[in-house]
Amino acid sequence: MWGVYYGMQAKYKFLFGAVLVGGTVGFLMTSGIKETGVYFLTPSELAAKVEADPSFRDVGVKMGARVVHGSIERDVGTQTVTFEVTDGVQTYPVVYRGLAPDTFTDDVDVVVEGRLEPDGTFRATSLLAKCGSRYETTPEA
Amino acid sequence: MTTLGQLALWIALLVSAWGTFVGFYGGLTRRPELIESARRSTYAVAGVIAVASIGLLVAILNHDFNVAYVASYTSRDLPTVYLLSAFYGGQSGSMLFWALVLAIFGALAQLLSSRKYDHLLPYVAGTTQAVLLFFVATTLFAANPFERLPFTPADGQGLNPQLQNPGMVVHPPMLYLGYISITIPFAFAVAALMSKRLDTGWLHAIRKWTIVSWLFLSIGITLGMWWAYVELGWGGYWAWDPVENASFLPWLTMTAFLHSVMIQEKRGMLKKWNMVLITLSFFLSIFGTFITRSGIISSVHSFAQSSVGYYFLGGLAFLLVGMAWLLYTRLDMLESESHLESMVSREASFLFNNLILVGIAFSVFWGTMFPMISELVRGSQVTVGPPFFNQVNIPLGLALLGLTGIGPLIAWRKASVGNLRRQFAVPVISGGIAAAVLTAIGMGHFYAILTISLSVFVVATVLQEFVRGVGARHRLHGENLAQAFARLVGRNRRRYGGYIVHLGIVAYFVAFTGQAFKVDREASLLPGEQVEVESPFGHTLTFTHLGVSQYDQLNRLVSAATVEVAKDGERVGVIKSEKRQHFTCQAPVDPCPANLRQRSFEPSTEAGIRSDLLEDIYVVYAGSVEGTEEAVYRFTLNPLVWWLWFGGFVLVVGGVVTLWPGTTVRATPQGDTQGGYAAQLVESKSA
Repeated sequence: MWGVYYGMQAKYKFLFGAVLVGGTVGFLMTSGIKETGVYFLTPSELAAKVEADPSFRDVGVKMGARVVHGSIERDVGTQTVTFEVTDGVQTYPVVYRGLAPDTFTDDVDVVVEGRLEPDGTFRATSLLAKCGSRYETTPEA
Repeated sequence: MTTLGQLALWIALLVSAWGTFVGFYGGLTRRPELIESARRSTYAVAGVIAVASIGLLVAILNHDFNVAYVASYTSRDLPTVYLLSAFYGGQSGSMLFWALVLAIFGALAQLLSSRKYDHLLPYVAGTTQAVLLFFVATTLFAANPFERLPFTPADGQGLNPQLQNPGMVVHPPMLYLGYISITIPFAFAVAALMSKRLDTGWLHAIRKWTIVSWLFLSIGITLGMWWAYVELGWGGYWAWDPVENASFLPWLTMTAFLHSVMIQEKRGMLKKWNMVLITLSFFLSIFGTFITRSGIISSVHSFAQSSVGYYFLGGLAFLLVGMAWLLYTRLDMLESESHLESMVSREASFLFNNLILVGIAFSVFWGTMFPMISELVRGSQVTVGPPFFNQVNIPLGLALLGLTGIGPLIAWRKASVGNLRRQFAVPVISGGIAAAVLTAIGMGHFYAILTISLSVFVVATVLQEFVRGVGARHRLHGENLAQAFARLVGRNRRRYGGYIVHLGIVAYFVAFTGQAFKVDREASLLPGEQVEVESPFGHTLTFTHLGVSQYDQLNRLVSAATVEVAKDGERVGVIKSEKRQHFTCQAPVDPCPANLRQRSFEPSTEAGIRSDLLEDIYVVYAGSVEGTEEAVYRFTLNPLVWWLWFGGFVLVVGGVVTLWPGTTVRATPQGDTQGGYAAQLVESKSA
């Protein structure tokens, strides 16, 4: 095979290299999406998915929802935050261990990543809070 | 003043429409009075938009809260510098800011370009005015900063405290300057296509503009990293967030363009590709502005929330269709003048550099848009995060780093074995030694070893170039070493400025490597209690909680927690980190009594950072247990972060060297075939 390669015109060699680079990018991307892609669901969508296929519980998901007013309880000693999130239809209790971001308060939109426990609690491994609806943009340029 | 501003915007709309028309029509008919009118329209529109901008600034500085924009983004107690930054802090203001900067650049392009580009300039004026027409129209009809409220609130809502940071005052304008200045090279590309003058003339005309916009983008992105690092308190500087990616995309394609134009200048290749790259860069800069402002990434549903989105979609579609038509009708004029002769040549290494850069851009674009794409295709959103971007981009980035060393030194056309040995023997051996040493001392991380070794390789290629160049001047012209160095760089600013920029990029890679060894530790401490953290460099750091203090500062209440840091038992110093609660006062009294204070916004974090060449100690005070002095901390040991800011500095130095005005001695094409500058000198001397 390499003998053929050395005999080729530079232009075709380059095309060969280009296909190689393109193929690598494509492969890295598809495998990357397969391995690291995470569903982003609302509480209702999560409920529907789990109902249709109970094994879906074991798949890590991201859930975007709003924090229920007054539901936040912080235990500073164990650095655990418990709260409820809702999309107006479905509500889930969430447990998160770690430091909550500054923007995390009542009624903000949050994105929690983690999985749904058999008892119906969502155990979050990450917690992102978006700025309140008062701002039309995220705090960036 | 807002009435005047509003009026000025309407005039700007008319002038830019006129400028678009006479620019293109005058270019086609070559009628001097139309061409002159197009040129003058760029000056006029810059003046008119400046008036509109002053109108908005005056409204902000006078606290005219009847203006919706002023009420949404400022308040009476906001420090003046943040009042100024509120001009571009919100959507409609940032649109006006875009228009202002573009108008100024458009006028400068006419003013500063040499007369020898007269055949291009009317079209350049037409194109900048057309883009301006789009921004002024969008500002007027979909995001008007002069819109008034039906009532006048007593005070405004204030600026988000996370934006009340010096980094945030300069980061957005830098990034915008980068985004916007891409319009000028793009306008020249359109002009070259329209006038069918597709020689290298337009490339010479845009050289400096391209570097300027690349430099502003780089500075803007780096400042954004710095802001995220000191202000957001999560201990990192890059999260592959859609907004960050939006700024990274045009940077990637501009970097590709910066390199591929050299191939066209030197060898007459890649003409179509360069047109595609500059169009793509311009597209991505508009796209970046758009997704920062529209929130389209989080969901397709948020698209309809503001009509600005439809304007942008229309504008972007028009851009793609228009450029596709222009390129298609001129394809035969963009044929290559020469062909790739060997895979072992500078052309080939630049081609691969381009492929990889565009590959990275594509994967970043795809990953950023994936939630939207998957929602459209499959009905439910799938997101990809940092693991995806890292998995794809680390190998590609490393390949690129290797090419950074190879590209500038390998011969044009076809490198001989002699050339390869002469240029790469020392650097390859240096890189190899670095890899062996790192493995021997037990750095068991493949990518990290590879990155550092490649960095050593690239630095060695650059140093070798400097040493050989200085040596050659010293021998041939009898200059002393300092003179020789100054003249070497001074006479070849583009080449040596480029080398310096490459050194800066290496520093970024070194800093990225540090992220693989980051250590995190959370702890809740009573005063006097301490916690130990193992540094990746083998030290033990001890943090002792000293206490929490509270005090007023400007428009905020600050809670500051202090820790004492000791390294291997020896005291290093204290680090203070803050939690800031901003408040507005319900009466104009200073200082504001506690009962009139109203908390505004969520609290913001000010991380305490102690930085040295090896690692940053990064302390975040997350809050206290109610009513006590027990504090919750996160301690992060962040290796090699310093090199990121240093890399940014080096990059700017390199950029300034490249841009420094004056004539560069142009190398003869033959003189550059097999070696660097030293070889040229020898050849020109013997000729």
